[in-house]
Amino acid sequence: MDNNREKVMTLKDAIRTYVTDGCHISIGGFTVSRNPMAAVFEIMRQRKRNLHCYAHSNGTGVDELIGGGCISKVEIAYGGNGKAAPTCIRFKSAIQKREILFEDYSNYQMSLRFHAGAMGVPFIATRSGLGTDILKKWGFSEEMRATDPKLPDKKIEILDNPFNGWTGASKVVLVPAINPDITIIHVQKADKYGTCRIEGLNFADVDQVKASRHVIVTCEEIVDTNMLREKPEYNQIPFIHVSAVVHVPYGAYPYECCNYYDYDPKYLSQASKFAKDDRLYKEYLEKFVYGVKDHEELLSIVGKEQLERIAADKRTGYATGLDRR
Amino acid sequence: MEYTLKELMTIMAAREIQDGDIVFCGTGISMVAAMAAKHINAPNSIIFFETGAIDSRLEEIPMAVADPRVMFGAASNSGLLESFATMQNRISGDHVIGILGAAQVDKYGNLNSTCIGEYLHPQIRFSGSGGACDVASFVPRCLIFMQHEKRKFPVKLDYLTSPGYLDGAGARERAGLMPGGPTAVITNLGVMYFDDDTKEMYLAYYYPGVLSQTILENMEFSVDISRAKEAEPPAEQDLKILREIVDPYKLIL
Repeated sequence: MDNNREKVMTLKDAIRTYVTDGCHISIGGFTVSRNPMAAVFEIMRQRKRNLHCYAHSNGTGVDELIGGGCISKVEIAYGGNGKAAPTCIRFKSAIQKREILFEDYSNYQMSLRFHAGAMGVPFIATRSGLGTDILKKWGFSEEMRATDPKLPDKKIEILDNPFNGWTGASKVVLVPAINPDITIIHVQKADKYGTCRIEGLNFADVDQVKASRHVIVTCEEIVDTNMLREKPEYNQIPFIHVSAVVHVPYGAYPYECCNYYDYDPKYLSQASKFAKDDRLYKEYLEKFVYGVKDHEELLSIVGKEQLERIAADKRTGYATGLDRR
Repeated sequence: MEYTLKELMTIMAAREIQDGDIVFCGTGISMVAAMAAKHINAPNSIIFFETGAIDSRLEEIPMAVADPRVMFGAASNSGLLESFATMQNRISGDHVIGILGAAQVDKYGNLNSTCIGEYLHPQIRFSGSGGACDVASFVPRCLIFMQHEKRKFPVKLDYLTSPGYLDGAGARERAGLMPGGPTAVITNLGVMYFDDDTKEMYLAYYYPGVLSQTILENMEFSVDISRAKEAEPPAEQDLKILREIVDPYKLIL
């Protein structure tokens, strides 16, 4: 919650101010789309530690944070990227090596948990997951839940329908609300007060923002407030939810940002090769994350030519005919 | 006309899609199958994605369900809450057919896409449910793509991520799930259906040149093969559509 002040900051300052060691974090986007990658890389450069991360299917944003050693606990639905690149290798490896604690939910359950957080209710009901191990097997122990005031005592609960079978449901699954300390999203357009216009799919970004105590918005363009207010029905997030606005062109790179640029198949296939090998992954981090001072420097390594290749076509919103093999 | 195994699997799946179905799609072969059905046998089917895009134009094959190619020309671009509500809500949900894949499937069509080994300390960790558990919980019909290997058809799953018929007839209802469940498992060797009474998997089709016995040898549990027939190969016109319209750059096939 924040008032009508100008909130434009540098990315370094925004991360330094709002992402603290041990905080509970969520990031926007979905698999290959609109992950706030510039912010993710900056969190890694600032060597933030012990983050508790909430994710539905945030793809490589979460995977890099795990690879960079920033996350110690994750509640997640899906650690993968579809067929675009066989990534989220660091997520899988961190679990196999017992480096992080994890709790599994489904995508709908995670989305509903953010929604409950945004609504201000303790839990929300769904009919998803009855009879599955998502209900039966807990990643966080009861003791851990009982002693951590920032965690609900239970992962999930089943309730007999108190309305006597109304709508044909005998039972429902209850999932607990999430209220992150900080949510970071990347959008196409925002004004300096934080009002946002998301183009293309919005995934669960809006609830993630509204459920969160603090919010950093990174954006392709900072636009004039009057421009956004001519069509208010196209703005999904009003400024009151936003703490900081950061202008970061290509802020989702190497992922796509609808109507601006596509995902970069070349970078992604390279990065997934590195991620498979601990030594190569270290080299990758040194070169592309720790070895650059900011996102702009990463983009200069990638080069203008490659950025032109992934530039979005005006008609389709993606790079038509891009070689994605 | 010669065809590849992937092309055959795609066509077998496409044939399971009925005209007017709303098809919940993942990436890879499931997306190709849904696109093929739309061009071949179910022109009025509608493709939609868990990310919130519905009836996307799909001029190019999306490589992820959040690919901007699913956003282009869609009837609506919303978000996860809306897409899962479309399936949980019986008014629209009853028209949805899901297409899923997994690391393991048991004889009741329950799926594991979470891990091999013990949950907390797995030997192999996979991506996890994503939206699969939700889809399998909600929709009346599901297709499952699998590779036929013994370890992928175990007697007992290492982790039950997405519900099929749980432990048999009536189990979904007892657990509080909506009726429905998987209708076909499409593999590299054949197609399995589920018995109406027992809800157990049985062999419905073996591919040309494949023996039923070979299929049994590639499963840990046994299935009824008495109803099995040889699958009809894809028609020349179907293959042309796959190669020229659906996946001309061979991104998936």
